[in-house]
Amino acid sequence: MTGSHSPNAPSRRTIIKAIGGAAFTVPLLAAAGCGSGVPEQNTLRISYQQWGSGEVLVNYLTDVIKKYTANHPDISVELVPLVASENDYFTKNELMMSSSRTAPDLVYEDTFILKSDIAAGYLRPIDKYIDGWPQWEHFYDVAKNAVQGEDGRTYAVPTPTDTRALWYNQELLKKAGIETPWKPRSWDDLLETFRTIKKELPEVIPFNIYSGKPQGEKASMQGMEMLLYGTESTLYDEEKKKWVVGSAGFTQSLEFIRTVFSEKLGPTLGKALDPNITETIYNTWLPQGQLAVLLDGNWISSNWGEGLPGEWPEWTETMQLAEMPTRDGQDPGFVTMSGGWSWGMPKKASKPDLAWPFLREMMSTDNVTAWTISDSKLTNRKDVAARKEYQGYSPTADFFSRLVPGATYRPALAPYPEISSAIQSAMESVMIGAAEPAAAAAVYDSAVAGIVGAENTMKEA
Amino acid sequence: MVTTTDTTGARTTASSPSDNSAPEQANRPPLKRTLLRGSPLAPAVILLLAFMAGPIIYSVYLAFTNRALRGEGSSSTALVGFDNFVAAFAAPEFWNSVVLTLVFTVVSAIIGQNILGMILALLMRRASKVVNAITGAIVIGAWILPEVVAGYLWYTFLGEGGSMNGILGFFGLPPQDLLFSLPIIAVSFANIWRGTAFTMLIYTAAMSQIPPEVEESAEMDGAGRLRRFFSITVPLIRRSIMTNLMLITLQTLSVFGLIYVMTAGGPGTASQTLPLYMYEQAFSYGQLGYGTAVALLLLLIGAIASLAYLRMLPKEDKS
Repeated sequence: MTGSHSPNAPSRRTIIKAIGGAAFTVPLLAAAGCGSGVPEQNTLRISYQQWGSGEVLVNYLTDVIKKYTANHPDISVELVPLVASENDYFTKNELMMSSSRTAPDLVYEDTFILKSDIAAGYLRPIDKYIDGWPQWEHFYDVAKNAVQGEDGRTYAVPTPTDTRALWYNQELLKKAGIETPWKPRSWDDLLETFRTIKKELPEVIPFNIYSGKPQGEKASMQGMEMLLYGTESTLYDEEKKKWVVGSAGFTQSLEFIRTVFSEKLGPTLGKALDPNITETIYNTWLPQGQLAVLLDGNWISSNWGEGLPGEWPEWTETMQLAEMPTRDGQDPGFVTMSGGWSWGMPKKASKPDLAWPFLREMMSTDNVTAWTISDSKLTNRKDVAARKEYQGYSPTADFFSRLVPGATYRPALAPYPEISSAIQSAMESVMIGAAEPAAAAAVYDSAVAGIVGAENTMKEA
Repeated sequence: MVTTTDTTGARTTASSPSDNSAPEQANRPPLKRTLLRGSPLAPAVILLLAFMAGPIIYSVYLAFTNRALRGEGSSSTALVGFDNFVAAFAAPEFWNSVVLTLVFTVVSAIIGQNILGMILALLMRRASKVVNAITGAIVIGAWILPEVVAGYLWYTFLGEGGSMNGILGFFGLPPQDLLFSLPIIAVSFANIWRGTAFTMLIYTAAMSQIPPEVEESAEMDGAGRLRRFFSITVPLIRRSIMTNLMLITLQTLSVFGLIYVMTAGGPGTASQTLPLYMYEQAFSYGQLGYGTAVALLLLLIGAIASLAYLRMLPKEDKS
C-alpha cells in the first residue's frame, strides 16, 4: 500500500491550487472591472419613494426633467423609483447611499431621518452651492433649521411642508346633533363628541387616529405626538439635550389612545392595524360617509381629485376642519406637527456639480409653486407664498397655512427613528389591551434608555 | 495523524495520506485521479464559493462588528467582539422571539405537519386511486403556492370580515379574531396547512417500501392495526421520520414571508419569531451587525436541533 501516492504530489497540488486560485480570481477581477456600475458621465440619477397610487411627485419630476433637458440636451436624467413603504424606503435609500456604485445623485429625504443620515456620513454639505442661490433667502427659518446638521452646515434643500388637524364630516356631525362648526377645546370635548356619534350613528366610525406599528411613522407623528405635544410634556428637552422619560404626558396620551380603542370610538383593531388603512380611509370611508372625524394632514384632499380611485368632488361641501386641541385647552390652544421632506446629495455620488444646477431648476419658484399646489402641500418659502396662484389654491390651504408658525417639529436626531418605533410599540400594546398605559410607558422608558444610553435621558421634573 | 474517512471522495485534510489499511481506504482511488475527474466540477465549486461561502463568511465577520445604517457604527465600522451577542442575550425581545420560534416550530412542524402528514399518508394507502389523486393534488397545491400567496389567503380567511367568520356566523357562533388573540397559533395553522404535503410525500414514499408480506404475517399473528403501526411501520420507516423531522424543523425555523404577510410579527411582538426580529433589527432599525449576530444564533438553534435528531437515531443507522 505504500507508494500509493507519488512523491511529486505536493507540487501537483500546488499547481492545481494555483490554477484554481487563478480561475477563481480572474472572473472576479473581470467582473469588478467591466461590471462596475460607473454611470454615464452625463446621466443624473434621482431616487424617490413610490408607494401606493401617488403620481404627483413623478409628474412633477418628469415635468422638470423635460424643461431641463430641453435646455441641456447633453444631459440625461434617470428616475430611480424606490418602491417601499415608509420604513423600508429609508433603509433602501441608506443602502444605496452607502456605496459609490449605487448612490443616486439626488435623494428625497424625510427631515426626520435626515440628521441621522448626516451623522452616518451619507450626505454632502451644500453650503458652497446655496451661497450663490438667491432663492435660499426665501425659506422660513424653521425650514432652514430642519436641514442643518449638528455641525451647523446645510445638507439639503427643503421641499414644501405640511401641518395636521382634525378633518370632520359636517353632515354626520349634524346628524348626530353636534353643533357645527365644531370647535373642540380639549380632549374631553373630543371624547364626548365621539361618544355622541357612536350613540346616535352606530353604523359610523366616530374617529380615526393612526396608531400601532403597522402605521409606522404616521402613528408616532400624527397619532402620539399630536397628543403628547398638547400636554405639559415633551419627547426631547432641547435645552438639556436629553430624551425625556417618566413623562406624565406620555402616559396621558396613551390613556387617550386606550379610551378610543377600548370604548370602540375608533376602527376595529383589525382595521386599525391594517397597513393599508390609509387607502381605505381616503377612497372608501370618507367619501362614503363611514368615518366622522380623522386626525390627518393637509394633503389628503389630493386623493379626491378627478380620475382618482377616491374621486369625490363634493368633499368641499362635506369635509370641514378643526384644530387639534391641547389636553385641557391650555395655551396655545391647538397642536400641529409639521414635517417635510428635502432633496439631498449623497456624499458618494460622483457628480455634485452636475446635480446642483438640476436641483436649482427643480426648486425654482415656478416649479415649486406648481408642485406645492398639485400635491396639496404648504409652502415654507416667502416667494411661493406671495404667488397669486398659491393663495387660496384649495379651500383648506389657508386654514393649514395659518397653523405653520405654531407648528411643532419632531426631534430630528439620529436615534429618533428607533425611538419612534418604541412609541409605536407602546401605542400598540395599549390599543390591543396587552398593557396598561403606565406599564407601556415604563417599557418605552427602558427602550429609550437602551437606544440612547441612560446618561442621555432625564426624568421629567 | 487522523485521516478523515469521508466517502465522498473529496480531498482529505491529512497532509500526507498515511498508510492506512482500513477496509474503506483500500479501494479508494488515488488523489490524482480524483482531482482530475473532479476538475469539470471546478467552475461550479468556484461559483458556490463566491456566492455561498463568501456571503456566509462575510456575515460571520459582520456579526462581530457594529456595522449599522444609522447612528453609531454607520460612519465607521469597528470590530466589537461579542458585544452583539451579549446585547442579544440581555434583550427581553430576543428571548421573546426565541420562545415564539420554538412554539412555532413545535406546534406547526413537529406536531402539526408531522402528525397530519402521517395520517394523510396512512389514509392514502387504503384509499382508491381516484381519491388519492384528488387529495394529493389539493394538498400538494397548498405546498407549491408561493409563501406570500398562502400568507395572504390565510390573512383574508382569518381576518375580520373573512370567510372564517362568515362560516362561524352561519352556524350562529361568535366571531373569532385569531390574528389578534392568538397570532402565533394563527400563523402555525397556516404553516401546517402549507407544509403538510412535504411530510405526506416523504411518508408515502417510505411506506411504499415496506414489503406487504411483513404486514400480512403480522396480521396473521393477530396484531391489530395500532400494534402493526407502532411495531412494524414506525420502526421500518424510522430513518424517513428522522429525515423528515430534521428537514421540516430547519424549514420552519426560518419561515419569514408567511408570518410577515399575516401579522408582520404583531400585534406588538406577539408573533415576532427570530427571522422577523432579525429583519426588524437589521432593516427597520439599520443594525446590520446585531441582526447578523441574531441570524448566527438562529443557525445555532438549527444546528442543535439537527444534532439532537441525529443522536436520537439508533446506533446501527449512523453509518
